Amino acid sequence: MAEEEEGEGIILFLMFLFADGLVAEIEKKITEAFEVFDRESNKTVDVREIGCIVRSLGCFPNEAEVQELIEKMEVEEPGGFVHLENFLPVVTKVLLDRRFRPIPEDVILHAFEALDENKRGYITKEELVKHLTEEGEPFNQEEMEDMLAVALDPETDTLHYRDYRKKLVVDETKTFPFNV
Amino acid sequence: MGSGSSVNVKYKYSLQKSENAFKAAVLIQQWYRRHVARLEMRRRCTWRIFQSIEYACEQDQIQLHNFFSYLMDQFTPSSSKERDFISRMFISGESYKEAELEKYCDYESIEVPDSYTGPRLSFPLLPDHATALLEAFQQKQQLHARYVLNLLHETRKHLKQLPNISHVSTCYSEEVTVCGDLHGQLDDLFLIFYKNGLPSPSKSYVFNGDFVDRGKQSLEILVILFTFLLIYPKEVHLNRGNHEDHMVNLRYGFTKEVMQKYKVHGKKILKMFQNVFCWLPLATLIDQKVLIIHGGVSDTTDLDMLEKIRRDKFVSVLRLKKRKESSRKPEIQAINGERESGADAAGNEAAPRLSLHPHSAQAPSTANRLEFSRWLRQTVQEQIDTCRRLVDISESEPEELTYSSMVSLKDVDELCLTRQEEWKQILDVLWSDPMPQEGCRENKVRGGGCYFGPDVTEKFLEKYSLQFLIRSHECKQEGYEFCHNRKVLTIFSASNYYEIGSNRGAYVKLGPDLIPHFVQYQANKTAHMLTMTQRISRVEESAFRALREKLFAHTSALISAFKAYDGDNTGRITLHNWATAVESVLRLGLPWRMLRPQLVRSTKDGMLEYKSWLDDLAMEQRSQEHIQSSLLEVIYRNRSNLETIFRIIDRDHSGLISFEEFQQTWKLFSSHMNIELTDDGINDLVRSIDFNKDGNIDFNEFLEAFRLVKQCPV
Repeated sequence: MAEEEEGEGIILFLMFLFADGLVAEIEKKITEAFEVFDRESNKTVDVREIGCIVRSLGCFPNEAEVQELIEKMEVEEPGGFVHLENFLPVVTKVLLDRRFRPIPEDVILHAFEALDENKRGYITKEELVKHLTEEGEPFNQEEMEDMLAVALDPETDTLHYRDYRKKLVVDETKTFPFNV
Repeated sequence: MGSGSSVNVKYKYSLQKSENAFKAAVLIQQWYRRHVARLEMRRRCTWRIFQSIEYACEQDQIQLHNFFSYLMDQFTPSSSKERDFISRMFISGESYKEAELEKYCDYESIEVPDSYTGPRLSFPLLPDHATALLEAFQQKQQLHARYVLNLLHETRKHLKQLPNISHVSTCYSEEVTVCGDLHGQLDDLFLIFYKNGLPSPSKSYVFNGDFVDRGKQSLEILVILFTFLLIYPKEVHLNRGNHEDHMVNLRYGFTKEVMQKYKVHGKKILKMFQNVFCWLPLATLIDQKVLIIHGGVSDTTDLDMLEKIRRDKFVSVLRLKKRKESSRKPEIQAINGERESGADAAGNEAAPRLSLHPHSAQAPSTANRLEFSRWLRQTVQEQIDTCRRLVDISESEPEELTYSSMVSLKDVDELCLTRQEEWKQILDVLWSDPMPQEGCRENKVRGGGCYFGPDVTEKFLEKYSLQFLIRSHECKQEGYEFCHNRKVLTIFSASNYYEIGSNRGAYVKLGPDLIPHFVQYQANKTAHMLTMTQRISRVEESAFRALREKLFAHTSALISAFKAYDGDNTGRITLHNWATAVESVLRLGLPWRMLRPQLVRSTKDGMLEYKSWLDDLAMEQRSQEHIQSSLLEVIYRNRSNLETIFRIIDRDHSGLISFEEFQQTWKLFSSHMNIELTDDGINDLVRSIDFNKDGNIDFNEFLEAFRLVKQCPV
């Protein structure tokens, strides 16, 4: 019994040591990302940027999940600012728990295929707009226009999703810094 | 956590089962929003890179001044030639009296050949002349030197009548358009005129300084602005910016541009510009409610004092660093309105006049040093006397005269203190930046002006019953930005300032209600056609290129820093330590962990082999294989300073300096920077340059040879 406990103790101790270094590194990364959005250099960011910061750290939360996270951080009224002190522990846990992992390529492909009812290999502009601004967690007008600007084939006004998806995935891997 | 494949199966199954478009939409939106977030992060990081490098460059200016101060202190000129050489660096541009100016920069004797097909100006100017100029510049024609000089003379005459603070009223011209920095980007000016219309009796404009430097068409912009100024004096208003200053021009490109475009008359033209810049008004007030200045305000900014200053006395606002013993004196050089006594006279006579104190314990070289410093102070003492005379003559108010007649000789410096206060007023207005924190502190980054907080703005606005401030001076991604609770508006009109796609330009229109309306633009067709991703990639590439160059320029320091983390000398360090080390050397305040993928291509087990990484960086930069890399590094690190010093030495702006002067420059540099530069090293350099046989070095060639000419305006 005693031996087991001791063994466990050592393992826990080692894990703690290891985790500690890892945690410090993660916290540094999070702080860096946070500071990029800290306009006034006073360790606060606008609450509307939280989603952006968390996503740029390699996570893929949806809007509901972002809201969940925000609720865990204390938002200072008025103005809706989040302080680094509140941001850090919440997001550190997210990264350590490896939550909101990237959506695999084939899953996105299937998602596009689900919108392409007739299996033509493309989606028309109207269909795209309808689905993405009326269903799911709707895009606002700006988001929709931005996506259309890049994604649509200007001659046919359709989205060829295989090509589009490939293009974006390539971009990602080139600049993805966090291999946590 | 479940493994990837079981998650896949789960997702696939539910989608296939129900073909739930709703879920699909969520996924796509989720995935897309992540993509956009990444782009946004990249965009901001790129912006940070450009800004930190730009301001680090301006910090170089402080280093340059430190260098000159060091010279004043330390350097022992070993010959009278060396003494001349150094003194020439200090006696900066002379300011001419009226009559001398007319004579020296005379244009009437300049003949315009019949073969000249460009616009011909006659005075007084008419709107047709402006149109002709705009068309000519659009077709890349050049205005003949005679007309440039003529225009500058007339502009100077006009500006002299204007007060320091221009007053504009919206009741006459309904709307006023305010434009920010243009920095030689003529395309942006054309775009503004195209979108907003040309200046006219019904269209007022205020141009808020920084018309020149960095961009390649500063001259054309000035010609156009001055032309409109003379045609519509009531509707066009120009403010002076910190770049309307010949010392700054030496460094940032305007001097070079003029000399390249006007090889014969360039020097005269530059002289005229120098004397026109100092006559530009310092501020514009709209309806007594909105103040427009180039930089900002400080907690001591006093509009009443600003109104009374003799602004033409401040030809250059840059000055040497304060010296401990004779602190105020060097500044006098910058503000002296009269022609300074030539170094030649002082140089020869200095020695006999001075009496050495009994510092017998010191070596002769020290004595020489003292002698040199004394000689310099002697020269400067003469300036003070001149200043005294100026003060006595120019201030005609009875109170001042009484005061000055009561002071003893000792207090003369006190009078010059007023000049110092005035100088600070102008410096603050032209160089300051707003900051989010409260208070007012020295702007160490720029080396001039201050950082002012929202409380300073509030007090200032209240004191003068103003509604808000409009300023420029800082590049903004959207072309404009509010701060201090919308009480300070920054307007910046040079689009694509760092690189194509880096930022928009903007101008602001104010009507009688004084509510600002913005118009943004980006003067490059390519920028429009690129998608956001492409634009960001392009700007990013440019930023990282500049950053890699900076890293290369600090190779030695980086190696030392890395070694500190590599106790076992394995040649490898963790990425974490890499980030910390790089920041400790470069001090740019950048998010290195976020930037790492673009800077470090290959890692093994999360460790970096730093020597080979630095070698790769060097490979990118190296254009001259046979130059020792440490020397190359030195050149890169100091190139802006080098270029500035060359231009100061090259007084006749010929682009040529003698081999001796070249050597002297290097000697000075290496002693100041504590660098080991062997004579062989210098000879290597020299051999790599294509010499003119007469022993002169075309330093433009030199700079080009080492790719020291910057490709993009960073």
